[in-house]
Amino acid sequence: MSENLTPETDLTKPVIPAAARQGKTSSRAIVHFVAPLEETPLAAIDNVDESEAPLSLWADAWRNLRRQPLFIISAILIVLVLVVAFLPQLFANVDPTSCTLNDSSAGPRGGHPMGFTLQGCDVYSRMIYGTRASLMVGVFTTLGVLVFGGIMGALAGYYGGWVDAILARLGDVFFALPLILGAIVMMQLPAFRDNRSVWTVVLTLVIFGWPQIARITRGAVIENRNADFVTAAKALGLSRFNALVRHVLPNSLAPIIVVASISLGTFIVAEATLSFLGIGLPDTVMSWGNDIAAAQPQVRNNPGVLLWPAAALSVTVLSFIMLGDALRDALDPKARKR
Amino acid sequence: MVMFTLRRFLQLIPVFFGATLLVYFLVFATPGDPIAALSGGKPMAPAVQAALRAQYNLDQPFWIQYGLYLKNLVTLNLGQTFSGQDVSAVIGRAYPVTARLAFMALAIEAIFGVLFGVIAGLRKGKLFDATVLVASLVVIAVPTFVLGFVLQLVIGVQLGWARPTVSGAAPWNELILPALVLGLVSLAYVIRLTRASISENMNADYVRTATAKGLSRGRVVVVHILRNSLIPVVTFLGADLGSLMGGAIVTEGIFNVPGVGNLLYKAILKGESATVVAVVGILVIVFVVANLVVDLLYAWLDPRIRYV
Repeated sequence: MSENLTPETDLTKPVIPAAARQGKTSSRAIVHFVAPLEETPLAAIDNVDESEAPLSLWADAWRNLRRQPLFIISAILIVLVLVVAFLPQLFANVDPTSCTLNDSSAGPRGGHPMGFTLQGCDVYSRMIYGTRASLMVGVFTTLGVLVFGGIMGALAGYYGGWVDAILARLGDVFFALPLILGAIVMMQLPAFRDNRSVWTVVLTLVIFGWPQIARITRGAVIENRNADFVTAAKALGLSRFNALVRHVLPNSLAPIIVVASISLGTFIVAEATLSFLGIGLPDTVMSWGNDIAAAQPQVRNNPGVLLWPAAALSVTVLSFIMLGDALRDALDPKARKR
Repeated sequence: MVMFTLRRFLQLIPVFFGATLLVYFLVFATPGDPIAALSGGKPMAPAVQAALRAQYNLDQPFWIQYGLYLKNLVTLNLGQTFSGQDVSAVIGRAYPVTARLAFMALAIEAIFGVLFGVIAGLRKGKLFDATVLVASLVVIAVPTFVLGFVLQLVIGVQLGWARPTVSGAAPWNELILPALVLGLVSLAYVIRLTRASISENMNADYVRTATAKGLSRGRVVVVHILRNSLIPVVTFLGADLGSLMGGAIVTEGIFNVPGVGNLLYKAILKGESATVVAVVGILVIVFVVANLVVDLLYAWLDPRIRYV
């Protein structure tokens, strides 16, 4: 076996090119080195245990993720933010709603590391307690967008034809309206303006945020709908719809999850922007966006009141973007090889 | 290619009507009486109110209102604002400001984004690359309005390098700061796109061929690698131009820029459907045309792409 691998001519020997041999100068000294043969890792190939099932995309991705510092950092941050959202009392022992005007815009002091707002509320405590509302908007909007946009995109991509044409145009209408603009108009409606809460903000953002996921899902489903495993499933008697749900969709999940993770961050920012414009969450709900908006008039005298919730917001958004980045790398084996 | 362009414009029609109808309906459904608000809460003679309602077609049901609006649109009459100005004149004043702002922001994105992206992509894994990557992530994560306030505070107020707010005429030099805020987030995306694209193409066969032909490094990078890496960047810039031309409600609000975003925000709060729908209509058209131009640019960047 090994004899066959040795080339007949020894390529590592210097080769003198024809042009150089005819040359006027005594260019016999010019030598060309040919690159060594690429070695095939025969041993590695021989050692692959064929009886063992190959790693699934997800197992492979998980193995890759565990080694990525980007993923580890973002995962730790996200877990921390989740814990803060669920159990804020563990992190702050000052009541964020008990404010004394004596402390108005006071600087940091013992037990109050970030100072006080204009109303004399503890900035640190408000930052901790504001986590829940901001995170809820992000998580539930992403879930809503995944379900609604996912269904629309999957139907459009899988069935094609007139279903696709109608859903694609409908998506274009919503896509052409910027998220914030649509949300501003929507939040003016009586049903929304009179019942402002986390849920109305979520609903508004879902209505104007779904086309993006729909487009991604549509593309992924089109890529998979004619794959051999789908044909096989149908040949085995699975109905067309069941083939979509059980075979096409699970295989299209990777790009959808990546985009969903990144857009979770954008939805948190969108909530803050709406609250900043005064039409997002009601003032009674503690959120980073509301606190930033309230701090805005005093930004020149007491910038910390604005900067701390803004920093918390940015770190949260950043960790979801990093998670999406890490997932993209892990779920795309082709890009990883480089 | 003519057919392709034509088909694109045909596709624009349902999107245009859909978007304007949607916005018209949302503004219509918004409560509050814009006519009563005109007199500042003081009582107004019923006859005057009725006359004003009839003037703005507010006494008609929704479909008639929208139909009358479309009828006026055919004759390029965009209607009037509640203070009696022509909507086309109001938009005509605001649009040049937004266009200047969008152009500056786009220039910042394109020039610095491609420059930094190319350098980072060529030196993947080095210090410059790592710094640019981390910085771009941070810029993406910070909300625009926070970025706006911080830059306004630091550059505008504390350092005094630029005017913190923009005056009525909005000349070029006063728009630098808002343009920077608008451009920064997209700048981060352009850098990341360019970097990924460059580092992917660097190992392509044609690059090795170009180097083997004896071309200089600069020529290889600019003519061969860059041109082949620009498609995703151009796509992004085109879509971004579309959204920039729609006016930036938040940034224009912070820096008091008298542009389309400001106009739109005020019009929404006043329930002035004529202005809102006109701006949204323009926005949709600009958005679609920008995407069309991007598609046509593909063919120039990569002659293998043909449209039939």
